[in-house]
Amino acid sequence: MTEITEVPSPFCGIGTDDLTIKVDGVLLKVIENGCAVNTPAFEQPITDTRARVAGQEVSLEVAVAKAAELLKDTKLPLIGGCATDVNGMRGLLALADKAGAVVDNINFTGARNNFLALQDSGWMNTTLAEVKNRCDFLLVVGTDVEAFAPRFFERYLWNKESMFLEDTAAREVIYLGRVPSGTASTSPNGNPAQVFPCAIDDLPEVVAVLRALVKKQPIRATTVAGINVTDLQAIADKLLAATYGVVTWAAGALAYRQAELTVQTLSEMIKDINNRDTRCSGLPLAGKEGDQTANQVCGWTTGYPARTRFSKGYPEYDPFLNETKLLLDSGEADALVWVQAFNVKAVPPETSIPTIVVGRSGMTFAKEPDVFIPVGTPGIDHAGHAYRMDNVVAIRLKKLRDSGLPSTAEVLNAIEHAL
Amino acid sequence: MLIKLTSGTVYDPASGIDGQQQDIYIRDGRIIDKPADAVVDKEYDLKGKVVMSGAIDMHTHIGGGKGNIARTLLPEDHRQDPVHRSDITRSGCGHAMPSTFVTGYRYAEMGYTAGFEPAVLPNNARQAHMEMGDIPILDKGGYVMLGSDDYLLRLLTAKKDQKAINDYVAWTMAGAKAIGVKVVNPGGINAFKFNQRKLDLDEQNSHYGVTPREILKVLATAVKEIGVAHPLHVHGCNLGVPGNVQTTLDTIQGIGGLPMHLTHIQFHSYGTEGDFKFSSGAAQIAEAINRNKNITIDVGQILFGQTVTASGDNMRQHANHKHASPNKWVTMDIECDAGCGVVPFKYKDQNFVNALQWAIGLETFLLVNDPWRIFLTTDHPNGAPFTSYPHLIRLLMDRSFRNEVLSTIHPEAQKMTTLASIEREYTLQEIAIMTRAGAARLIGLKDRGGLSAGNWADITVYTDNTDRQKMFEKPDYVFKDGQLVVVDGKVVSTKWGTTHVVTPDFDPSVEKGLKDYFDRYMTMKLGNFKISDDEITEDGRGSISVHPLTGDVA
Repeated sequence: MTEITEVPSPFCGIGTDDLTIKVDGVLLKVIENGCAVNTPAFEQPITDTRARVAGQEVSLEVAVAKAAELLKDTKLPLIGGCATDVNGMRGLLALADKAGAVVDNINFTGARNNFLALQDSGWMNTTLAEVKNRCDFLLVVGTDVEAFAPRFFERYLWNKESMFLEDTAAREVIYLGRVPSGTASTSPNGNPAQVFPCAIDDLPEVVAVLRALVKKQPIRATTVAGINVTDLQAIADKLLAATYGVVTWAAGALAYRQAELTVQTLSEMIKDINNRDTRCSGLPLAGKEGDQTANQVCGWTTGYPARTRFSKGYPEYDPFLNETKLLLDSGEADALVWVQAFNVKAVPPETSIPTIVVGRSGMTFAKEPDVFIPVGTPGIDHAGHAYRMDNVVAIRLKKLRDSGLPSTAEVLNAIEHAL
Repeated sequence: MLIKLTSGTVYDPASGIDGQQQDIYIRDGRIIDKPADAVVDKEYDLKGKVVMSGAIDMHTHIGGGKGNIARTLLPEDHRQDPVHRSDITRSGCGHAMPSTFVTGYRYAEMGYTAGFEPAVLPNNARQAHMEMGDIPILDKGGYVMLGSDDYLLRLLTAKKDQKAINDYVAWTMAGAKAIGVKVVNPGGINAFKFNQRKLDLDEQNSHYGVTPREILKVLATAVKEIGVAHPLHVHGCNLGVPGNVQTTLDTIQGIGGLPMHLTHIQFHSYGTEGDFKFSSGAAQIAEAINRNKNITIDVGQILFGQTVTASGDNMRQHANHKHASPNKWVTMDIECDAGCGVVPFKYKDQNFVNALQWAIGLETFLLVNDPWRIFLTTDHPNGAPFTSYPHLIRLLMDRSFRNEVLSTIHPEAQKMTTLASIEREYTLQEIAIMTRAGAARLIGLKDRGGLSAGNWADITVYTDNTDRQKMFEKPDYVFKDGQLVVVDGKVVSTKWGTTHVVTPDFDPSVEKGLKDYFDRYMTMKLGNFKISDDEITEDGRGSISVHPLTGDVA
């Protein structure tokens, strides 16, 4: 039995790397600095260690050969999930390139809200260490931050010391649109965050008015989606008065049509504030299940984010038409490779086409896939790299135990070579 | 296997060979002396061909976060240059900010065998190495960025001695796996976080009270004292600001004779004369370079067309965002380390400022006398994509072609440049110095950039052609570590290059202060910050090549 300290987590997206984990054979127990997201993700037991073809246990070689056979004469294979580490994504993209597949990350429909805004007008963003040391005002838009990343406030807002703030507990937090599920945003002084709730799909209107107020445009209405304009004026004033204001949102939490326009309005508002003699930055929350990793590696390998097809022999990005659900519903995809090394609950969508699952050991299926290859989890069963939410820091994931499970990269490289 | 390259016309400035007919022998990836006995397995008849070592781009943005932001920002640019996969090459995209695989192929197809990323943020160094790890064929390396990091500024404010700075710089180089140190807008990126919008050489950071001049001095001293061959790599203050020629001259004067490399100096050579209050400072800059032997430069030539600028200088990139074309841009503050700014640009020959920028770059090339102290760059992709190098070489080597292009640019810009009167044409040997021997010497690569025995066999063979653009865009052969990778300007096989680093010593007690700083203010543990060798080598493709420090016994 050993204890491993300073363990980084690929699960929470905010790059916590201070976990202490007790390792007993292949059993893990988080004994320090766990949270509702990380603890179960680390402690998930290993069940399957053998690959299966048609429900029958086989050797890895046989499973790989079967996977290659299923992919061999396909017209448009689809590689979904794409939840793995950097080396896993490297293998995945090599396979996609060779097989002429579509690559689509599991969280892309949410992330699309950010990409469309970024690719249309850009943004001014910041990273976690800047938040930790500089942020004096945090505006949370449409997102339950602590449900997303339970330790966000503890690590990056209520840190005891910062380089540039006298008293970190004096930072102010305001929620717009969504009510937080707990009290993590309450400052150590006992000051709770102010909350201005509205229906989530009313946020476009609310945010548009907020931007107008930042730009000192006259607003005739007195309320917007149930929020008093005087309250929005107070938020605008705080953004303009802050030394280093930060606006955060999780693209996936803005679950309504054309939410990219909300991200764009926020991002343009942040630019406006920076033109009014103070600083302000955006902080998009993400980094779950390898989503930033998928987009980064696909970005440097193809030029595009991880919703890209290789069917013509070169990468083609389409944030709408390359969606998993669309390709399955339309019947265009004729084989599915589901790659999910982090989350046993994220099983492939049900489909009648041949399905190969390269998934975390412990995954269970309503319908047994044609091929199931259990793989190790990056940061538990093998070393690796994963991007955290701010896309700058790639954390070095540690190997914690000897499970004998292959990595995603090993499996996908083997399938590619067998093709 | 013994390879013989027979009777090529060799330009090898590292050995003082200037266009002499010679044979070259290759075994086990390296160039060897003529073996007494052995049988030649493969011979290439290079009679009449021009032979140089593989070219080295000493400043090109090929790895790291801002490049990937630039890629993500511009899907429309990629769509115009899709790259098909083949049996031996991966698919991807080209133009302004190509995908990693295409970067490797296209560099190799121009005869380049190494590229160095000049702006590796310590906290983003893993990404820089991972991206470069996906660039085939090329060797690579990085200069780690310091000077706006809060740790250094705290050391300066606390009046720590030079030894403390040296230990910190050496430790950071080791942790980030670097071969050089760069400073970008010294202290300016940090000042932008405190809402300062400009920072002159002697202007104080509003929080730390430190000036860019002090930062340059301590970092240049540190680089020299810890024995790093590559001088401090400086992207100066006031990039792009009319009148910044004076800042640059003051920077040269202020460094007090220490070795210093001024990068993309074209963007720092602007005067304020004329009707448009924008003029060329190239002559003054060139005169200062010619006089100050401690200074090296690369040009950062702009060439006309669409590109994207990606820089650590978020202060200046924010100020320049109004020129974004297409109108979208990104800036970031990053990890109490640095920042970045990505702004797409379309340089137009009928725009007075762009036209004069073009002329300023060329004036600089032609007025600096010593080709060992000037390097051919476009600051890829900031001045132009690296794929435009053959065109740039023609502009330097062919006066009539240069003047032909000059006669087509904005007429007022033509009046504001002395370019038409400059007769100089670069020779093949001078090109070989700038892009090979000089670059290897500047970076401190012990066994690259030359064709004498003992060097790695990175070799490019061209067909002599008076159209230098045609000649340099399509080499007959390119060998990388002795492997034939390009024939007639097309990749025929691929391999993986190495990562060049230095490993300067530091007092291990430096980690005491750093651990405390990381625990209190950073977002990761000190131990998780440092990049280990296996991160570069574990995929079975990467390798690390350690180069000597100055003062090491070779």
